[in-house]
Amino acid sequence: MKNTGLLIRTAIIVVIALVGIYVVFGPRHSPTAADFTLEGIKNNLSENINLGLDLKGGSHLVMRVKTDEYLKTLTENNAQAALTAAQDAKMPAMENRITAEPGNYQVDIIVSDPSQANATVEEIKKKVDFFNWTESIDGNTISWSLPVQMQELLKRQAVDQALKIIESRINAFGVKEPTLQKHGAESAGQILLQMPGVDDPERVKNLIGAESNLTLMKIVSPPNPSPVQTYPTEDAARQSLGGTVPPNRKIFPYSERDEPTAGASATPDPNRPKSYVVVEYPAIVDGSELRDAAATSRTGSDRDFEISFSLKPAGAQKFGDWTGKNIGNYMAVVLNDEVKSAAYIRSQIFDQGQITGRFTKQSAEDLALTLKSGALPAKIEYQEERTVGPSLGADSIRAGVSASLAGLVFIIIFMLFYYRGSGINAVIALLLNMILTAAALITMDSTLTLPGIAGFILGIGMAVDANVLIFERMREEIRDGREIPKAIKNGFDRAFITIVDSNVTTIIAGVILYMYGSGPIRGFAVTLILALLINLFTAVFVSRTIFMWLLERNPEMKKLSI
Amino acid sequence: MFQFFTNLNIDWMGWRKVFVVISILVLIAGMVSAVGRQITPGGTDAFNLGVDFQGGTVITVKFKEKPTADAVRSALNNVGISDAVIQDSTDKLDEKLIKIPIIEGKELPAAQTAGEGGAAEPQAPTTGTQVEVGRASVKRALDTFGREASAELALDQDTEAAYKIVGTDSVGPVAGAQLRDAAVLATLLGMVGILLFIAFRYDWTYAGGAVVAVFHDVLVTLAFFSIFQWEVNLTVLAAMLTLVGFSVNDSIVIFDRIRENLTLHRTESLYSLTNQSINQTMSRTIVTNGLTTLAVLALVLFGGEVLRSFSLALFVGAIAGTYSTIAIASPIAIWWQGKIGVAEVKDVLTPQEEGTKLASSSRRSVTRRPVTR
Repeated sequence: MKNTGLLIRTAIIVVIALVGIYVVFGPRHSPTAADFTLEGIKNNLSENINLGLDLKGGSHLVMRVKTDEYLKTLTENNAQAALTAAQDAKMPAMENRITAEPGNYQVDIIVSDPSQANATVEEIKKKVDFFNWTESIDGNTISWSLPVQMQELLKRQAVDQALKIIESRINAFGVKEPTLQKHGAESAGQILLQMPGVDDPERVKNLIGAESNLTLMKIVSPPNPSPVQTYPTEDAARQSLGGTVPPNRKIFPYSERDEPTAGASATPDPNRPKSYVVVEYPAIVDGSELRDAAATSRTGSDRDFEISFSLKPAGAQKFGDWTGKNIGNYMAVVLNDEVKSAAYIRSQIFDQGQITGRFTKQSAEDLALTLKSGALPAKIEYQEERTVGPSLGADSIRAGVSASLAGLVFIIIFMLFYYRGSGINAVIALLLNMILTAAALITMDSTLTLPGIAGFILGIGMAVDANVLIFERMREEIRDGREIPKAIKNGFDRAFITIVDSNVTTIIAGVILYMYGSGPIRGFAVTLILALLINLFTAVFVSRTIFMWLLERNPEMKKLSI
Repeated sequence: MFQFFTNLNIDWMGWRKVFVVISILVLIAGMVSAVGRQITPGGTDAFNLGVDFQGGTVITVKFKEKPTADAVRSALNNVGISDAVIQDSTDKLDEKLIKIPIIEGKELPAAQTAGEGGAAEPQAPTTGTQVEVGRASVKRALDTFGREASAELALDQDTEAAYKIVGTDSVGPVAGAQLRDAAVLATLLGMVGILLFIAFRYDWTYAGGAVVAVFHDVLVTLAFFSIFQWEVNLTVLAAMLTLVGFSVNDSIVIFDRIRENLTLHRTESLYSLTNQSINQTMSRTIVTNGLTTLAVLALVLFGGEVLRSFSLALFVGAIAGTYSTIAIASPIAIWWQGKIGVAEVKDVLTPQEEGTKLASSSRRSVTRRPVTR
């Protein structure tokens, strides 16, 4: 055994151990005297380790963008726009037919004169974007269908767009350090949102899911000074249209003086008399033309808020043209398919408007915020919600840590009792293993979760196993009458293969867990894998070096405390 | 030197039929429990699946004055939740767990305004998906006991509050199915990975023995979960895969010793070599598994509610794993070798001729010998 070899081994171990200790316990600022007190070390430790949501408290939300609905709306809008465009151009288009089911989206336009079909197509394509669609003409039917690849592309774009909108909404809401990312398979359209410290996500959830789709529409009604034409029931409104609703009309409930909250969470007041109005479709301007929206209070009272909005230049131009031509007519401010206010046009308006209603401060602010961030491309559906209050998280840490410590203390006592002097060796290797595993977690910027703590404990178990294998082997060799140096060498050599085989097997299981598992399971897999890799270093290399030191001091060793 | 087992000379292989019978009995008991529970109408299901796998909502509530389970149940009934499971937290006296099954698609009665304190917060939606409705409905039911502590305050800081929701786990049926499929996939792929690795390092016969043992451990653990109706959730999957690792680890230690003994004592029968190998490693088996089991016991006792299922699965699995290595993995490995004619398994110790080569006679059996019938 060469002395220099031993020194190099020792140097490697000391350096790695010191770096590990610094990474785990060291301050991230220039050290002060306080950093060397127990309290200081504790503080530094908790600063260095990145705790998962289950330990520090927070919300974990998985939502899905209803991408099929997005494509359905797109198909319906295109079909309506195509028919309107053809009829405006005096083409013989009679009706549109819509196919919209998952995987199959198609618009058919029926013309009365097949010879005019090509001309109709030309007219429609001037106004409506069918660029991504496959076009075909069969007799008097013009068809556009959406290829599957294009469907996937559009769905992905919808999810990306939703992601951006959600991001702007939660940022405006002021969530600290949120994690927002796509989740699961690409085609699933899922989004994961984690918000540390938020343990009641109700308001954020409503805010994110709020559709807040604003449109300004013309009401079908005799002009001012006659009052706006309303109907007591939806049926009555339909009767006024001759029994069926034509494609260019819509019936919306008129909920004046309602008290809405952001988006879908509005609770209809059962006592409020309902009325309905008929509006012209498509809208004069819609939410995408919105430039800004703000909550304002007319009287300063908390229950008397309204939302004032302004339009982008293009929208303002359109709105100005329309209002100029429609003085005296009634216009509806429609929010989420409900008419919030109806007013007649007194003079030409370009870019300013209000949504009135008895909003509270919070509901007006939330609504303004969702309007400003733009409309979601499709509805959001929540699939998973997990919240952990800070107290529950702290309890979990305490439980996890005390379980780990109890296990650790027991193992240390046992090893010292059972293996005597060599037990010290094993305990050093074990503690080093724990420090290095924690250091690796910190270096990788990985978060420690509750299952992660469990992985830690199992890592300890495997580390102990490696030492037990080696020591049992040495004992056997000694029993068989081998010299101590030879017994130590054989013990390590023989056990090494077993340790590698068994650790690699568990690492394989860990890697697969990481690849296919979800959030909490991954945390477990990461800690376990790290602990096992480090185990190969501590249980074999470090432990052996300590035995080498013993032999170096006493080459003729006759007895080994094991 | 203090030692548990030295110079053991137990004929483990001679007991193999008894072991197989014991394992089969445990598995049958599990099967009877699972199938029996499943087909009994109105009874419990085969497994007490957590919300992770079947969807639903679990809400952890901290109370100032804890109402009885019946009071909570009738409050929940009033908001239209009829089949809630209400249980006390095992480690916190002032907390209750309220578990409600999937309520998707059901119309719930319209929200009632929370009267007191002028806290006219926006009401929760009355219809919607599980995740949207679950927490809100329970909150509405609990509001009959007094209001919830405000978001920024802990329960004891808010003098007027009666309770606070400290944790929610809500999973919709679609996400539940996804999680379940991913779990099954991960477990199966994990086993395939381990099988391939052992086959590469040792031999297919050993791989077969180890994997049968692993299946045995997983099934025995599931049997216990069905019989005692412990909750099966995502962390149980993690525990399963860990015990797969541990079980294979145990098998490898013994296989490794068999492989070594094969080169040392070529004339002895595989039957007696296996016995010797198990006996030689028995001390290690007891120490390691004893320590692991005790560390896991610490988790069971001190790990708290969240880790309960995980710790129980590991605890049962660790014990089953030790047992299966001796009682299942080795007998199957040598039985299989006997079947394919590379070794003969006899119930008496008979020396074998040099010529009878064993499937893994070389120290490093990376070189693949054709194992054909």
